[in-house]
Amino acid sequence: MPLEDLYREIILDHYRSPRNRGELPSPPAHRVEGYNPLCGDEVVVFLDVEAGRVTDLRWAGQGCSISQSSTSMMSAVIKGKTLAESRAVIRAFKGLMSIHEHHLDGDPDSGDPGNGDGEMAATDAEVKLGDLEALQGVVKFPVRIKCATLSWNTLQQGLDEVATS
Amino acid sequence: MALDTAVVKKDFPILHQQVGERPLVFLDSAASSQKPQAVLDAMQHYYETTHANVHRGVYAIAERATAMFEEARTKAASFIGAQASREVLFTKNVTEGINLVANSWGRSNLGPGDVVLLTEIEHHANLVPWLMLKDQLGIELRYIPVGDDSQLDLTDLDRLLDGVKLVGVTALSNVLGTIPPVRRIADAAHAVGAVCLADGAQYTPHMATDVVELGVDFFGFTAHKMLGPTGIGVLWGREELLEAMPPFLGGGEMIRDVRPDGFTPNELPWKFEAGTPPIAEAVGLGAAIDYLEALGMDEVRRHEVELTTYALTTLAERHGDDLTIYGPAEASERGGVLSFAYKGVHPHDLSQVLDQWGVCVRAGHHCAKPLMRRLGVGATARASFYVYNDESDVDALSEALTKTSDFFF
Repeated sequence: MPLEDLYREIILDHYRSPRNRGELPSPPAHRVEGYNPLCGDEVVVFLDVEAGRVTDLRWAGQGCSISQSSTSMMSAVIKGKTLAESRAVIRAFKGLMSIHEHHLDGDPDSGDPGNGDGEMAATDAEVKLGDLEALQGVVKFPVRIKCATLSWNTLQQGLDEVATS
Repeated sequence: MALDTAVVKKDFPILHQQVGERPLVFLDSAASSQKPQAVLDAMQHYYETTHANVHRGVYAIAERATAMFEEARTKAASFIGAQASREVLFTKNVTEGINLVANSWGRSNLGPGDVVLLTEIEHHANLVPWLMLKDQLGIELRYIPVGDDSQLDLTDLDRLLDGVKLVGVTALSNVLGTIPPVRRIADAAHAVGAVCLADGAQYTPHMATDVVELGVDFFGFTAHKMLGPTGIGVLWGREELLEAMPPFLGGGEMIRDVRPDGFTPNELPWKFEAGTPPIAEAVGLGAAIDYLEALGMDEVRRHEVELTTYALTTLAERHGDDLTIYGPAEASERGGVLSFAYKGVHPHDLSQVLDQWGVCVRAGHHCAKPLMRRLGVGATARASFYVYNDESDVDALSEALTKTSDFFF
């Protein structure tokens, strides 16, 4: 498997120059932590949510180039989106990763019904993943899928917590 | 006779494969070693000619299987300088051996407030069983600290030992390569009436082991890190301690009599071996011991010190400040396990790129998260050596590191 499939230039760019890295005062920002117990990677996501929109997102933590760049790209795409739009992007990204994650460990959280074959739910069809599609190569390296999805699962947890608070 | 890796390498079929146009460079023996043809043949031959359950049948192949199984125990006893083979218990691995001590000896001898003293460089195998007893029995855990020189800091040992019932220490750190002074720690433990357990998972494959000289009461090692198969390990214990301990797992094999209202356990060592044991694996362990003894454990260690010296010197020369190697600076004071950080590249990325060049190294926390926190890192990459590694493997690692740098920077 050529390494360039995994480490696309845009991924290395986000790794070398991460976007939105930092912290937000919490409160008012919502703070949520995620861990990958396999490798010890950890991420902290800070969310400012006003009137149903993610007005700011910062992140901290440590991890490999895949997890760091995935988080960086996530921050860039989510910032400014409404909660509904954010959830659609999360679904679309996890769809990009889900076939293999599903096969690997049967993770019931790996996608919506109809998402298991990698297709997005109809309502999310217009979601543009843009740079994030560069991470598609990760699915060829199954061990690394969890690196790419760590911050997304963490964001999803954060949005759930915001919704219930 | 000095160890000739060119000859040794030929004995390991897995090392004959190529990754692309390069030979496989296996530098992860601290996680699990490769197996020589002699071990594979011994296990295959056992299954083809002899297999039957042990300690049961009166027919010829069953008697032969039992004899081979017990012969492996005798070899293991002799390999670690045990006084008697009834002190040698077959376990699944060191983890199970330590769980045996924690559950059998621990539950009979420990209560609320009793102290178990461990060290900051332990593998999770020698941490979690005791943390479980902390939750279940209310025992207290203390830790001998590790200094910035990667050696255990024994300055406060006397104070740390106050109220201690058991001391658990690794005989060789799987992260730093540190070789703690087990004898000194065991003697200090005995002086306060405590027993001492040593985790020999990384020690016995690489150093001549003498449990009597080490002065410990319990000692564990595992076959798969010393050229043998997975699924079998040894817990050695002093006979009088093992005699006084209740069984760990219950079932067939470990009993002398069973009545509706009770049972009488078997004698040592079978008292601690419930169920059908890993018989072919024991035969494989015996063959691995034969192989290592033919090489000579002193030669195995000498080779490792030479190769580690070469690695420490050449990697430092070629990579300078880009490379941080953890652990004692002197090869003679450490095992052939090199944890390292390279130019801030995350260990997973390092390992992934090195793999493209056929170089297998481990990346992660090495089942030693407290030590990782102490070192202030989330993970490290780790290269570890064994009898089939030579300078060409170190050179391949060095070249692959340079290519990693080209890739990420």
